[in-house]
Amino acid sequence: MDLDHSPGVAAFRAEARAWLHEHVPDVPLPSLETQEGFAAHREWEAQLHAARWSAVSWPEEYGGRGADIERWLVFEEEYWAAGAPGRVSQNGISLLAPTLFDHATPGQRARVLPSMASGEVIWAQAWSEPESGSDLASLRSRAERTEGGWLLSGQKTWSSRAAFADRAFGIFRSDPGAAKPHQGLTYLMFDLRAPGVTVRPIGRLDGKPAFAELFLDRVFVPDEDVIGEPGQGWRIAMSATGNERGLTLRSPGRFLAAAGRLAALWREQGDPADTALRDRVADAVVGARAYELFTWAGATRFAAGGEIGAESSLNKVFWSQYDIALHETALDLLGPDAELAQGPWAEPWVFSLAGPIYAGTNEIQRDIIAERLLGLPKGRR
Amino acid sequence: MRFLPTGEQSEFARTLRSLLGAAQVPATVRAWAAGDHGPGLALWSRLAGTGLCALAAPEAYEGLGPLPVELALGFVELGRAGVAGPAVETAAAVVLLRELAGHGEEAPAKRFLPGLLTGDTLATLTLPGGSPYALDADAAGYCFRVAGAAPASASESAELWLAPGWEERLGSLDPARGLGVPAAGGELLAAGPAVSAAADTAARWARLLTAAQCLGLGEALLARTVEYVKQRTQFGAPIGSFQAVKHRLADTLLDLEFARPLLWAAALSLSDGDVAAAKLTAGEAAYAAACTALQLHGAVGYTEELDLSLWLRKARPLRDAWGGPSQCRADVIRSLPQTTATRRVTT
Repeated sequence: MDLDHSPGVAAFRAEARAWLHEHVPDVPLPSLETQEGFAAHREWEAQLHAARWSAVSWPEEYGGRGADIERWLVFEEEYWAAGAPGRVSQNGISLLAPTLFDHATPGQRARVLPSMASGEVIWAQAWSEPESGSDLASLRSRAERTEGGWLLSGQKTWSSRAAFADRAFGIFRSDPGAAKPHQGLTYLMFDLRAPGVTVRPIGRLDGKPAFAELFLDRVFVPDEDVIGEPGQGWRIAMSATGNERGLTLRSPGRFLAAAGRLAALWREQGDPADTALRDRVADAVVGARAYELFTWAGATRFAAGGEIGAESSLNKVFWSQYDIALHETALDLLGPDAELAQGPWAEPWVFSLAGPIYAGTNEIQRDIIAERLLGLPKGRR
Repeated sequence: MRFLPTGEQSEFARTLRSLLGAAQVPATVRAWAAGDHGPGLALWSRLAGTGLCALAAPEAYEGLGPLPVELALGFVELGRAGVAGPAVETAAAVVLLRELAGHGEEAPAKRFLPGLLTGDTLATLTLPGGSPYALDADAAGYCFRVAGAAPASASESAELWLAPGWEERLGSLDPARGLGVPAAGGELLAAGPAVSAAADTAARWARLLTAAQCLGLGEALLARTVEYVKQRTQFGAPIGSFQAVKHRLADTLLDLEFARPLLWAAALSLSDGDVAAAKLTAGEAAYAAACTALQLHGAVGYTEELDLSLWLRKARPLRDAWGGPSQCRADVIRSLPQTTATRRVTT
């Protein structure tokens, strides 16, 4: 057992650090949940892509560096430590791309991935529907067969990034007569500007349109935009939710960086007599370290051929609770300044509050942990 | 980078687990609590036969190490089995003597290490900054006492004494732990800054190995509780099918799974910050696991006759031994790099 990086990985870290040091904007970009910020973040994605840092784990032919999981984690550490901007391409890169690598045709990969890596096309996810959240298999929006493709109808909601994004991906009911709810679903990509699509931005708690409702009225999608076999959408989608809860959405690098900033804030503003607050800072530091090490252990298992299965539910509950605790501690340290909407911890705090809800609620994750990892009997929810 | 136990490391842990699984540990613990140390000492001697104590000592003293990762994995198994006795203290005494020898004070190591490595004798000790109570001095062949300023530091001087015993035996919340203040006087074994430095290292190892015991203890409590809620029925269904029960156990697993890699990292680095983080997290996880185990077993869990009590009663003392949560959090903060430049915050 060891935690030592090889000289090759150390060199990779040094290269990433040097590039980020030179290129990370001096002034923070506007929030990516605004029109202006979205455009600025898209430009940042183009800059990352030009130096092949936008999707380091992808093969070189699609604009990546073919980095293994160890290098990817190292890059993430450097990225967040450098204070680099949030990733507006995240939905595509962490949710759609892994699905494409596993299930798409070579032609689809060649068509979709390069423009995703460059930020030219930003992807929104379109899973949830008004009646289908945790019970995703109950979704009702339809895909009907037509000449050369499919016609999508229905309503999607809580579609992250859809207010300003270009394209979306999601699953649709293509066989209403299928025997079970999770059968007869098809995984499709579609254009958010296609005829028949209406996008209604939804303001989240701080008013920023971080997600949207999508109304679909016989939206044509060509056959080439179906991922995998029609009717296999559930199986394909489930491989993506593991990614969502697991490594790719919340790399330890961002929590290590945030915990470091929290500790610095404690030094600057903390009251040495307030040991209760000091203890929470310590817990945040320990939590980031725990998450980092848990991830390295998982990465070691993964690199040796293991799979990230129900363990990703442990990950998800941990980081979502951790994120809130960390940001609440920062707000408590700030005192009256915590209320200022423009403060550096304000938007991250708002964002953290959604963690236990999205990517499968924590209640559902605890059910998965109890049933699949502890072997407890299924029961009524 | 390979942040998982190697095949050999896992195999060593499995060997200990199977030895302990066959050893009727609960009976030895109940005897220990009643003052009969015989079965416990016999078990200890068999454990030492696997090389457990030798993992803390260098080859120059017929040891196998130091191999802190292997030792920590071994102590997880001691915690899982609920073994009674001054195991952590004996290992810490080995470290203390070994470190002292490394600083040129070889006589105590030559005198005491052979018996400790073979398992013929157990040791207990008190160190500056730790509890004033030595554990199980009545069962240990040697009771060491380090006198000096706390926390110890290499620039300060301290004295290592072989105490003549303890003043009186005091009861612990865990009846299988005997406590007592080492008696003053005895034999002065060494003095000087080397003793301070060795005591500091020994305390860190004691904290690491206590964290390991906590992790194993928590895992045992979780496993027993999972088995129980699968077979205990209420309202016509196993209580393990109820969401409130499931979620509590899911959280228990979560706490333990995130404590484990902290323990491994602490064994690898032996840095103050990592060891404090591991002890804090494993100690809290074990105690929370105990509270959950008690609640989900219901009233039967609140009895001493159920063997579960042997683990339940250890959880709180182990959480607090060799640095409780507050002490560990303070050490985590102290170990942070002294940077104050506020970097940018991004989502």
